[in-house]
Amino acid sequence: MHRSITLRRLGLALTTVATLAITAAAQAADTIKVGILHSLSGTMAISETTLKDTLLMLIDEQNKKGGLLGKKLEPVVVDPASNWPLFAEKARELISKDGVTAIFGCWTSVSRKSVLPVVEELKVPLFYPVQYEGEESSHYVFYTGAAPNQQAIPAVDYLMGQGVKRWVLEGTDYVYPRTTNKILEAYLKSKGFSAKDIIVNYTPFGFSDWQSEVARIKKFGSHGKKTAVVSTINGDANVPFYKELGNQGISAEDIPVIAFSVGEEELSGIDTKPLVGHLAAWNYFESVDAEANDEFIEKWHKFVKNDDRVTNDPMEAHYIGFNMWIKAVEKAGTTDPEKVVDAMIGVTVPNLSGGYAAMMPNHHITKPVLIGEIQDDGQFDIVYRTPEVVGDAWSDYLPGSRDLIADWRKPLSCGNYNVKTGKCSGQNY
Amino acid sequence: MTLRILLLLCLLTPSAYAGRVDTGDPRLDAIFRILTGNHFADKAEALAKLAASPHPKRYELLEGVLSGRLRVLKKSGRLVWATKKGHKYLATDVLSGEPLGEFKRRKLKKIAINNRLRRVIRGILATRDLDSGDPARRLKSVQALLANPSPAQATLLAPRLEKETDPAVREAMQLVLALGRLASDAPRVRLQAIAMVGDSLQPVARQALVRLAASDPDPRVKQAAQDALGKIEDRVKLFAQIETLFFGLSLGSVLVLAAIGLAITFGVMGVINMAHGELIMLGAYTTYLIQRLLPETTGLALLLAIPAAFMVSGVVGIAIERGVIRFLYGRPLETLLATFGISLILQQTARTLISPQNVPVANPGFMSGSWQVNPVLSLTYNRMYIILFCLLVFAGLFLVLKRTRLGLQVRAVSQNRAMARAMGVHSARVDALTFGLGSGIAGIAGVALSQLTNVGPNLGQAYIVDSFMVVVFGGVGNLWGTLIGGLGLGVANKFLEPWAGAVMAKILILVFVILFIQKRPRGLFPQKGRAAEG
Repeated sequence: MHRSITLRRLGLALTTVATLAITAAAQAADTIKVGILHSLSGTMAISETTLKDTLLMLIDEQNKKGGLLGKKLEPVVVDPASNWPLFAEKARELISKDGVTAIFGCWTSVSRKSVLPVVEELKVPLFYPVQYEGEESSHYVFYTGAAPNQQAIPAVDYLMGQGVKRWVLEGTDYVYPRTTNKILEAYLKSKGFSAKDIIVNYTPFGFSDWQSEVARIKKFGSHGKKTAVVSTINGDANVPFYKELGNQGISAEDIPVIAFSVGEEELSGIDTKPLVGHLAAWNYFESVDAEANDEFIEKWHKFVKNDDRVTNDPMEAHYIGFNMWIKAVEKAGTTDPEKVVDAMIGVTVPNLSGGYAAMMPNHHITKPVLIGEIQDDGQFDIVYRTPEVVGDAWSDYLPGSRDLIADWRKPLSCGNYNVKTGKCSGQNY
Repeated sequence: MTLRILLLLCLLTPSAYAGRVDTGDPRLDAIFRILTGNHFADKAEALAKLAASPHPKRYELLEGVLSGRLRVLKKSGRLVWATKKGHKYLATDVLSGEPLGEFKRRKLKKIAINNRLRRVIRGILATRDLDSGDPARRLKSVQALLANPSPAQATLLAPRLEKETDPAVREAMQLVLALGRLASDAPRVRLQAIAMVGDSLQPVARQALVRLAASDPDPRVKQAAQDALGKIEDRVKLFAQIETLFFGLSLGSVLVLAAIGLAITFGVMGVINMAHGELIMLGAYTTYLIQRLLPETTGLALLLAIPAAFMVSGVVGIAIERGVIRFLYGRPLETLLATFGISLILQQTARTLISPQNVPVANPGFMSGSWQVNPVLSLTYNRMYIILFCLLVFAGLFLVLKRTRLGLQVRAVSQNRAMARAMGVHSARVDALTFGLGSGIAGIAGVALSQLTNVGPNLGQAYIVDSFMVVVFGGVGNLWGTLIGGLGLGVANKFLEPWAGAVMAKILILVFVILFIQKRPRGLFPQKGRAAEG
C-alpha cells in the first residue's frame, strides 16, 4: 500500500516534469531569448544588479509594445557572481543551453575579455555597456559605453580650458586606469605639459586609507599653479577618497577632481555636501534636461517601485544598445545573430540626452560628452557638453595603435587594420 | 556625411526647458535667463551685473545660486526657494515669499554653476563680509582674498586694517598686504615684506618667495628670499613628518580595532575564524540601521550603535560558536572551511536583506573636518577620534581580561583547559562567552569603520587578511602584541607609502611580516607557558 502511493507520486512527478518540459519547449518556439550576464552577487553586484533591472524593464516594455517580429522576448538571467572565468562559462551556457540570440552584459574589462573568445566562437553578439580603455574591436562585441576619446580626452580638454596647469592621474591598479592614464599622459605631453607637472599614482582595489595620497595631492597642488586630479579610481574606493578630500579641506575650487567611474549610483551612498563642484565626465547624467530622459526616469521609478533609485550612464548605454538590437533585428527580419550583427552597423536610435546614437563600422557608437559637477543632492549639474563624438577603438595617442582602425563592413571586415602597411592582423584585442 | 547630419540633428533637438524666467523685473529676468542657460562664459558677467544691481535681495540671490537653493519653476518661470521635503521640493516665491506648493525635482530648473563661477560668487560675498560684525566671518573673508591675491586688495584692506581689533583678522590682513608689497618696485619695500611673510606657512606666501628667490633682480632681495624660504622649507618638512606619523597611527589604530576581536577568538581560543570580517560588517550595518531609526541625531545614533553593535555581533558570534565551531575544536582546517562558508552566507544575507549596494552612514558633525594646526598641518577629526576610540576599546578589553571573573576563566581555559575544568570552570560556557566577546569587539570595530569606509556586503573581506596579519605579527595570544604590532605596521606602512606607492608599500609590509615570522614564529610578544608549546 505504502509503496504504491510512493510509486503513484513518482509517476505524477514524472508527468509534471514532462509537461513542464513540453511547455518550455513550446514557449521557446515562440519567444526570442535574450541573455543577461550581470553579476548579482560578489563585489560587482553593487553596480551590475541595476543593469539587470534596466534590461528587464526594457524587455518588459518591448513586450508590451507587442514584442519583436511578432514574438515575445524572454529574458534569461544568469549570475556570474563577479567571478571572471565564470563569466565565460555562463556565456557559453546562455548560448549553447538556453539558445539566446544576443547577450547584454559584463562590467569590468576582465569579464569582457573572458567572454570575448566564447562569443567569437559561438557567434552571438555581446552588448557591453560600460566605459572602457579601448584597444579592442571584436566582430561580435558592440561597445555601447565610451571609448577613451569619448570620456577621458574631452574631460582633460575641459580642464585645460579652465586653466589647469598641473595634473595628478590617480587610479586603481588594473587595466582600465593604466591604459587610460597611458593615453592621457601621452596626450598631455603632446599638449606641451612637462613631465614634472604630471604625477601618476595607483592604489589597490578597495583602498580605504587615503590620508597620505590626499596629503600628497594637496602638496603637489600648493605650488601656485592650478592643479586638477584626473581620477580613474574604481568603485568602492571612491567614497573614502572623497571623504578624505573633504576632511582635509580640499574643495573643488582649489583642486577639482574629475572622475570617470563616479556616477549617480556611486554617490547615492554618501553625503555629497563636501564634494560639491568635483566633476565627472560621462555621456549621460540623470539631470540631463530632455524629454526622453524624463520619460525614462519615470518608467524606471515605476518599474523598480522606488522613487529614490537613480539612473546612470551604463543604464543609458544598455537603453541605446537594446534599442539598436531591436532595430537591427527588425531590419534583418530575423534574429539570426550573423545577419543581425551585419545589420547593426549604421543603425541609429535616440539617446536619452536629446540626441542620437549611431552604430559605427568599428562597433563603437556616437555619444555626446558631458561634464557634470557634483551637487549636494547627489546629482550632477552639467557644465559642458560636446556634440556627438565617434568612439575610437584604437587610440591615436598610443604608439602601437596610432595606425590601426577597425571596420567591420565588408569587404574589409577587420577589427585591426593597419592603414600604413595595409594589412589586417586578425588580432582584435 | 551621415555624421554631419547627426550633429546637426542633435544641435537642433530642443531642451525640455525653454528658458523662461518671469519675475516681473525685466533686468532680473535678463540676468537669470543667462544664468539658467548653458553658456558659462556669459554667466560670470551676469553674476557681476546682479551684484552691482541695486536690487535689495541681490546678496541673498547670490547666496541662493551658490547653495543651489534658488531655482526657477519651469512652468511659470518664477524664482523660488526650493527646500527638500521627502521626495519633493517645497517652493516659495523669492520675491513675494508666497508658498507655491510641492514640486518634483525635475519641475524646478536649477541654476548650474561651475567652480569658476563659485569662486566669483564667493569673491563677491567675501568683499561684503569684510565689514561684517562677526570676526569669524571677517577672517573667512580675508582668507578668501588670500586665496586669489590681486593688487586691488591693498586699497580694499589698508583702511580696514587700522580699524580692525581682532588679532587673527589683523594678522591675516597684514599678510595679504605684505604679499601685495612683495610685488613692489622698490627693493627696500620688498625686503621689508619678505621679513613680514618670512615666518608664514601659507602656500601663497611660499609661492611668492619661490618667485623672488629664483628671479629677483636685486641680489639682496634674492638672498633674503632664499633664506626665508629655506627656513620655511625646514619647518614644512618637520610638519610633514608629524603628519605622516599621525597618518600611521590612525591606520594602525584601524588595524588594531579590526584585529583585536580576532586576537581573542584566534589568539586566545585558537579558532581560525574566517567570518571575523563579516562580524565587523554586522557592526557597521547595525550603525546604519540605528541611524535610520534616529535620522535627526546622527551623533547620538553613533554612540548608541556601540553597545548595539557589540550585542548584535556578540550574539551572532555565540550562535556561530554554539552551532558550528564547537563541533570542530581541534580541527583547524575544517573550522577554516566552515567559517569561510559562514562568511559567505552572512555576506549574501546582507545583500539580500538590505541591498547589494553600499549603504550611506552619515558622519556626525564632530567627526568631519579637521583641526588646522597651521597652514601645512591639519589633523582630521575622524581619525583623531578613531585613535582615541581604539585605545579606549583596548583598555576596556584589557580590564575585562585581567580584572573580571570571566577574564580569569578565559585565561585559565586558554592556558590549560583540562586543569581549568578540574577546578570547576564550565569550559563550554566560557568558550561561548569568549567567542561572543571577541565577536562583539569586532562589531564595535564595525561602528568605527562605518565612519571611515564603505558600509556594504564586502566590508569584512577588506579587513580579514590585515587582521590575521596583525595578530600573527604581534604574537598569538597577546593583546599587547596586537596593539604594538598594529600601530607599528600602520606607521611603517605610512612611512613607506610616499616613496614606494600604496601598492608597493602593502607588498613590502607583507614580505616583511613573512620574513619576520620565519625568524620569530611566535610574533613580537610570544605567549609563554604550556599551552603555547602545543
